[in-house]
Amino acid sequence: MSAVSFANVSRHFGAVKAVDGVSLAIAEGEFFAMLGPSGSGKTTCLRLIAGFERPTSGDIRIFGESVADLPPYKRHVNTVFQDYALFPHLNVIDNVAYGLMIAGQGRKQRHAAAEEALEMVRLGGYGTRKPSELSGGQRQRVALARALVNKPRVLLLDEPLGALDLKLREQMQEELKGLQRQLGITFVFVTHDQGEALSMADRVAVFNDGKIIQVGGPEDIYFRPEVPFVADFVGSSNVLPEALVARLTGERCPAAIRPERLRLASDGPLKARVTGLSFLGLTTRVSFEAEGTRLTALLPQDAPRPVEGETVGLTWAADDLHLMRAGA
Amino acid sequence: MHSDRAPLSLKIAAAAGLLFLHLPILLIFVYAFTTEEKSFQWPPPGLTLKWFAVTWNRPDVWEALGLSVRVAAIATILAMILGTLCAAAVSRTRFFGRETISLLVILPIALPGVVTGIALRSAFSIAEIPFSTWTIVLGHATFCVVIVYNNAVARFRRTSGSLIEASMDLGANLFQTLRHVILPNIATALVVGGMLAFALSFDEVIVTTFTAGQQQTLPIWMLEELVRPRERPVTNVVAMIVVIVTLLPILGAYYLTRGTEAVAGQGK
Repeated sequence: MSAVSFANVSRHFGAVKAVDGVSLAIAEGEFFAMLGPSGSGKTTCLRLIAGFERPTSGDIRIFGESVADLPPYKRHVNTVFQDYALFPHLNVIDNVAYGLMIAGQGRKQRHAAAEEALEMVRLGGYGTRKPSELSGGQRQRVALARALVNKPRVLLLDEPLGALDLKLREQMQEELKGLQRQLGITFVFVTHDQGEALSMADRVAVFNDGKIIQVGGPEDIYFRPEVPFVADFVGSSNVLPEALVARLTGERCPAAIRPERLRLASDGPLKARVTGLSFLGLTTRVSFEAEGTRLTALLPQDAPRPVEGETVGLTWAADDLHLMRAGA
Repeated sequence: MHSDRAPLSLKIAAAAGLLFLHLPILLIFVYAFTTEEKSFQWPPPGLTLKWFAVTWNRPDVWEALGLSVRVAAIATILAMILGTLCAAAVSRTRFFGRETISLLVILPIALPGVVTGIALRSAFSIAEIPFSTWTIVLGHATFCVVIVYNNAVARFRRTSGSLIEASMDLGANLFQTLRHVILPNIATALVVGGMLAFALSFDEVIVTTFTAGQQQTLPIWMLEELVRPRERPVTNVVAMIVVIVTLLPILGAYYLTRGTEAVAGQGK
């Protein structure tokens, strides 16, 4: 049985189709990422699971139970909000214990459970502080503890790392992943950061215009995009248009090739003009223009480097040119 | 170069401005202690405390004070209920005509009191409602609601909308969310709005003259008293009381709103 399943779910706001015919199944214990640009419907999907939005049509099930008519407070899911949404008038321990207080637990019992949850996110002893006295990373952990203390069956995370700086974000990615493994709870995680989605999730759903474009493991999404949008959005692959691919391979569909797989070769099948070079340390990024298409290659430091304005030949291994037949 | 120190001329101008604003009020206080009862004579020929005793023994003063406190209290409570509900509706939901309603609620404070007064008076007479304490209360409620509404709307806007969702996400129904999250977060705004509304109602004259009938609130009583040259300093004693009664809630509101930014602006 799936932890969360969508059957042809739509959510329309007037003429805007925020979510448009989405079907998906999230397995129990899975770390599932919803990835997409802003306005692609991923956050609305999360809010549909939480119960803050009701579907215009379609059916949503949480562990087999249809939740269409259940308000948020009757669902066994908890959310970590993008702005954390800690209660400013309560101190940290009462924030974390809020769900248990509502559930009717005694003060002593719920404070003990809350303290335990705070220790799990390495904030033991911070209970008496007010949220305004914490740093962004600490608030994030409090929000996490406040959700987890209720032992939800599904934990929803709405861009939880968006407001943190880079170093903290990388650290929290590790911690979130560790927590998810340790607790075995299903995590559903919304992000617009492809790196975050690929590094943390077991499976990724790529959203665009209210629809799911592709679902798969991080490697599928990264190396085997099915449509140009995924190739472009996830990891900035080069997308070759259909006409070019037809001439090179005879196949009538667009194709993707990763920048690190392009090689310089004087007899290469594709002639391209060098438009820019930038030094990145381990590699050099070279921009090309070939028959009106912009391409990027990452050349290793020991490879011969072209000069700007020069026309060179580009080549690749046949396996690395990924044909996107679904995107034709 | 920009200088941190204001030039002397600006300091003098500022001092003169403040004196012009506050000296007359001080004068009122001084006349409350004068021995001359028929005209306001400067300097006072002598100082006495007897007018406080005289005021204490005047039943008409007590009656007016009682009415004013009663009207201000009822109008404030009414305003706190209506103003908060209205603010919640306007800032928490979207519906057709929302902006219009917001404007209509604020409008009474922009209207001249005379217009509000005449309008209410004609409305009462058309509906054949006799003048009473309640007609005064209604008149005052028109602008008290605005004060509470403005305070509550500002607080609702600064309170992160996801707090309510977070509360419901954690299992609280609407009533529990209201009790544990919404009310604690808007409480100071409500108290401040209520205090200001009370102060505003307590010294209101214009609307009251149109809606009061034969009853006298304290400010109306003072106005009447000024034309009568009998025991004039009693008016000054009452004026002092009015100043203190209206100043205290305003000071309280000022201290309560200090430093709420950090609390209400929480989120990021």
